[in-house]
Amino acid sequence: MGLFDRLKAGLKKTKDILRTDLRDLFKAGAILDDDVLEEFEGRLIRTDMGVAASDRIVTKLREDHGGRTVDVDAVWDTVRGELRELLKGDGSTNWDLENPLSPLAKADSGPTVILVAGVNGVGKTTSIAKISNLLQKNGNKVVLAAGDTFRAAAVEQLTMWSERLGCDIVRKDSGADPASVAYEGATKAVELNADYLIVDTAGRLQTQKNLMDELDKIRRVLQKVIPEAPHESLLVLDATTGQNGLSQAKSFSAAVECTGLVLAKLDGTARGGVTVAIRQEMGIPVKYIGVGEGIDDLEIFDPDGFVDALFSN
Amino acid sequence: MFEGITEGLTNAFSAFRGSGKITEANIRDGMKQVRTALLEADVAFDVAQDFVKQVTEQAIGAEVLKSLRPDQQIVGIVNQCLIDLMAGDHQLAIKRDGITVIMMCGLQGSGKTTTCGKLAKMLKEDGKSPFLVAADLQRPAAIEQLKVIGDQVGCPVYHEDPAKSDPVQVCRNGVKQAKASGATVVILDTAGRLGIDDELMKELQRIDNRVAPDTCLFVCDAMTGQDAVNSARAFNEALELDGVILTKLDGDTRGGAALSVKAVTGVPIKYVGVGEQLDRLEQFHPDRMAGRILGMGDVLSLVEKA
Ligand SMILES: Nc1nc2c(ncn2[C@@H]2O[C@H](COP(=O)(O)OP(=O)(O)OP(=O)(O)O)[C@@H](O)[C@H]2O)c(=O)[nH]1
Ligand SMILES: Nc1nc2c(ncn2[C@@H]2O[C@H](COP(=O)(O)OP(=O)(O)OP(=O)(O)O)[C@@H](O)[C@H]2O)c(=O)[nH]1
Ligand SMILES: [Mg+2]
Ligand SMILES: [Mg+2]
Repeated sequence: MGLFDRLKAGLKKTKDILRTDLRDLFKAGAILDDDVLEEFEGRLIRTDMGVAASDRIVTKLREDHGGRTVDVDAVWDTVRGELRELLKGDGSTNWDLENPLSPLAKADSGPTVILVAGVNGVGKTTSIAKISNLLQKNGNKVVLAAGDTFRAAAVEQLTMWSERLGCDIVRKDSGADPASVAYEGATKAVELNADYLIVDTAGRLQTQKNLMDELDKIRRVLQKVIPEAPHESLLVLDATTGQNGLSQAKSFSAAVECTGLVLAKLDGTARGGVTVAIRQEMGIPVKYIGVGEGIDDLEIFDPDGFVDALFSN
Repeated sequence: MFEGITEGLTNAFSAFRGSGKITEANIRDGMKQVRTALLEADVAFDVAQDFVKQVTEQAIGAEVLKSLRPDQQIVGIVNQCLIDLMAGDHQLAIKRDGITVIMMCGLQGSGKTTTCGKLAKMLKEDGKSPFLVAADLQRPAAIEQLKVIGDQVGCPVYHEDPAKSDPVQVCRNGVKQAKASGATVVILDTAGRLGIDDELMKELQRIDNRVAPDTCLFVCDAMTGQDAVNSARAFNEALELDGVILTKLDGDTRGGAALSVKAVTGVPIKYVGVGEQLDRLEQFHPDRMAGRILGMGDVLSLVEKA
């Protein structure tokens, strides 16, 4: 299976809901009236994209096609166009489906540091394992830093992944200062001449100010060793998350300037539409999607593919 | 964000202030605001639609009370309908004699393992002797995690070598051992799974059939959006849930999932998780939840302002 097919497979549920239902909804020849539009709004909201983003698409549809007979292709073009625009933002991120590492920043010299953060249980640690796997497959040397010293057996969890991956890990005892783990991780990455250092962090809710400050501290400590670090601050979002995702993106960005999202657990029935709202409001792009619990279940996110997977046959 | 909604509602309901009569026309705008508030709180689309319809009917049918302005009356009705919808038996049934077996289930990362520890702690403080069973053989270090939590609570944890066992066997042996050791409540920690994962859902059903838990609890992340209905329905169809525990309510999520899950399954919410620490488990209060979903900490204050 090619990447595009796998993306589509991962998003099959999204596609099913939006495509088959919408084909039924926008019947050629019928009049595009308010009932149809309201029904369509429901489909959009069910993706978790939120009222504002859904409104924008529905308004555009109403303007362009309202009260007229439905031309299915023209309606599709409008929907697809709006969604692509919402997702693409300023177009500053380079997407190259042939190169799964293309969305990631790279340090000019020395180790590239990736800081991974997010609320509790979203899939941070697992995503780190998957990204490490991707990096290693592409010939990179990876060091992990077990910065979650709080949750029960979090260090053990990342250690088990590092053993499976065969990569180095820096760890301390449970309860140790996460910033000191990050510091040692950076030192180790430089010392080993690694290509990437990936720092795991404990899950935290964005409303916990002291824990958000702790993230900032981790960032500052990393910079003591590697001044440009972190080159990439990834926020992991759970695809089942609703509108709270926006609040997460705002607060984590305020703390560590998120450069991208990893949308985990997109293999279920959730559609991850809140990323559309995040992209629209904050410009943070989705870089990867998680489509399973295994080490290979990570895909590069491609906005065109995402929209096509939603709407193409 | 909350202010905006509250203000919107106040304005919408103020629009027919003094008109003295609730009609479909003057309630429409206000109800649109209610609907938006619910959707922004992540209440499932269909649940929000039905709710608004129901409240509209009820409000129009209702006699205008002399003592209240119509806007106050509608806010009251909306609030009360939310409370009624989420009401149920919020107590956890524990047998007085013999052993009670509780099975936890839910999506990946929802908070099952942590909640096992919280329940064990709560039961222990209540004079019961809880016993934990590590039936997640899937996630790296899941057993280790439950062992650490068991240690913190001071509660035994049964586990087997994941390479040589399977979850059904672990649960059966675990319950056996719990009985032998004189425990009164057994809590089974299962691996996270998706409702559409047939194989893993069947595995849960096998545990359900072979161990026959007295209570099956669905652990649901309060930040869940529209998907809450899909997963709750799938788990309820596979297992006939007895209760829901809503986790991670300590953040700023509006928690519309509470309404969605209750509406589609009818299963009552038993507890809410309000922190990572093991003492952060609280009773579920439908009235507090209603205010939260509406984005109004205190609905009565809105009524006053209106
Ligand atoms: N189905 C599915 N499950 C996933 C995916 N990514 C992670 N998971 C599962 O989600 C659960 C939580 O993953 P973790 O990686 O431990 O999440 P975390 O964010 O590190 O959690 P904390 O450190 O406790 O905050 C685990 O059971 C993972 O196996 C995914 O893409 N799909
Ligand atoms: N803030 C907060 N965090 C919670 C709460 N309950 C659980 N967590 C956190 O959520 C994350 C996931 O919790 P787990 O108990 O590992 O979740 P799980 O459902 O067992 O996960 P899997 O076994 O991987 O499916 C951890 O970081 C917990 O500390 C809660 O009520 N509030
Ligand atoms: Mg983790
Ligand atoms: Mg668990």
